[in-house]
Amino acid sequence: MLKIQGLTKTFFPNTVNEVKALRNIDLTIKEGSFTAVIGTNGSGKSTLLNAIAGTFIPDSGSIVLDNNQIDQWPEYKRATLIGRVFQNPFAGTAAEMSIAENIVMAMKRGESRPLTMAVTKKVKDEIADRVRMLKMGLEDRLDNPIGTLSGGQRQALTLLMATWLKPKLLLLDEHTAALDPKSAAKIAELTRQIIDQDKLTALMVTHSMQQAVDLPDRIVMMHRGQIVDDFQDEAKKRVRTHDLIDTFDRVQKRELFDESVAKLLLAQYC
Amino acid sequence: MNLIIGAFTIGLILSLLSLGMLISFRMIKFTDITVDGSITLGASLSAVLIMAGWSPWLAIAMAFLAGSMAGAITGILHTKFKIQEILAGILMMTALYSINLRIMGRSNIPLLDTKTVSEGTKNLLLQSAEGGKNILILGWPVPVSDLAFFITSLAFCIILAIVLTRFLLTHFGTALRATGNNPQMVRAQGVNNNTMVVFSLALSNGLVALSGALLAQYQGFADVQMGIGMMVWGLASIIIGEALVGKSGIGITITGAILGTILFRLLIAIALRWGLNPNDLKLVTALFVFVALVAPYFFKSFSKKFLRGSNHA
Repeated sequence: MLKIQGLTKTFFPNTVNEVKALRNIDLTIKEGSFTAVIGTNGSGKSTLLNAIAGTFIPDSGSIVLDNNQIDQWPEYKRATLIGRVFQNPFAGTAAEMSIAENIVMAMKRGESRPLTMAVTKKVKDEIADRVRMLKMGLEDRLDNPIGTLSGGQRQALTLLMATWLKPKLLLLDEHTAALDPKSAAKIAELTRQIIDQDKLTALMVTHSMQQAVDLPDRIVMMHRGQIVDDFQDEAKKRVRTHDLIDTFDRVQKRELFDESVAKLLLAQYC
Repeated sequence: MNLIIGAFTIGLILSLLSLGMLISFRMIKFTDITVDGSITLGASLSAVLIMAGWSPWLAIAMAFLAGSMAGAITGILHTKFKIQEILAGILMMTALYSINLRIMGRSNIPLLDTKTVSEGTKNLLLQSAEGGKNILILGWPVPVSDLAFFITSLAFCIILAIVLTRFLLTHFGTALRATGNNPQMVRAQGVNNNTMVVFSLALSNGLVALSGALLAQYQGFADVQMGIGMMVWGLASIIIGEALVGKSGIGITITGAILGTILFRLLIAIALRWGLNPNDLKLVTALFVFVALVAPYFFKSFSKKFLRGSNHA
């Protein structure tokens, strides 16, 4: 279970570029649930994911994952509990190293790395078995540098690597956004399949309303560093893409309204 | 023949430098200039220890440790104190210049008639040569002591190459190589990439210092200036090695670095023999590295132009 309380982060504080990326976020994600985070550009959804992954240390608030308070842990230490897939298909794998070597890295995620041979025949067979599941023919190319593969193939392998050892939490940061539509659909399907199979707890940031409606069990909507809406259980089952877009419009209109009212009041009282 | 054996021996000794630099420059992609200082550190420390009556083996072991410490400090300057990698290397190299002078107490130490690591091999050879001071190779007489050092450095080189290859193929070694490739991915797999950088630089500079220690024993002196330009030298050797055998696989890359170093040393021996002024050596080396670095891009843009032209036709 992931429990976030009062999470706050301001970038470039006390400068003209000050950005309040996260404002007092509270979010609890149940074990085995799959949640999507949607929101406008700059709403803080990726920042939320990075705060959990440990790319930066939050200003205040706590993050508790599986009874570990992880908000002060360095990024590499959090990887013992968290599997990640990045937006950039090249970010999750080491290009010059072979498919097998990349996966071997993931087979020891968060564990000590002994001075024993990494890629043995036995390990390779084990890798081939699981890579076959992707149905991309990669099992015959385990010795090829991963940089020779397409973005979709690399993203599929990154997903496989992030879930090779069952993580307490799987973080997906717009992981299909940089792919062509066909690969994106395939990765989306694979994501659902792996999460169902291993009963993973997952948090996904996405731009695609369709994906948010199709894949997860819950949708959290963010705007300006705050959670503005939360569709769970029955509400999630009923929700359609146009509902989400309507909610976006409403949030934005309310904001415009707030601003114009504020201006009016200022003009009257100052 | 003596000249060739000599060039080979120096080539083998310096290939430890190339192997060290292979770890920093090629594996973790760290442009490490500490090398120029740590090779002298290895030479000066082992020279002083040998003069103080230490065994030459213990002396080179200490040189390795001292080099590792220097490398680790460069790594810490970069990772903990966020100093740019080149500047971190320059700071350490500059500091090492004074440290080396301190260790030696003067600017050079001659090692005349002192024991070297090849002592055991030499005694074995002397026995087989039945008291003679030379051994015939292809009809040429070669001094036993030269041959002994050649064999010892060859053994060093082969053993270290095998150990290093095996090491880089372990789980730990795989993580080390991935650190240079994609630090983000390495962190996401639960490895502290900063620790990896510090460790790699320690290992790298340890090997470089080891090379310096052997060089001092072979040449019979340690000099505070001997490290100048060694980094470029090692880089040139690595580039030649990659051109010779490519870089598909760890074993091949490592073999390439060794072959490259020996070939480069042979080329230099030939050039000097043909009358190249030794003072111009570093300029020629620098020019060579420049050409080697630029040539691939030049050829790429050349072939692109060529292809574009044929597309129009």
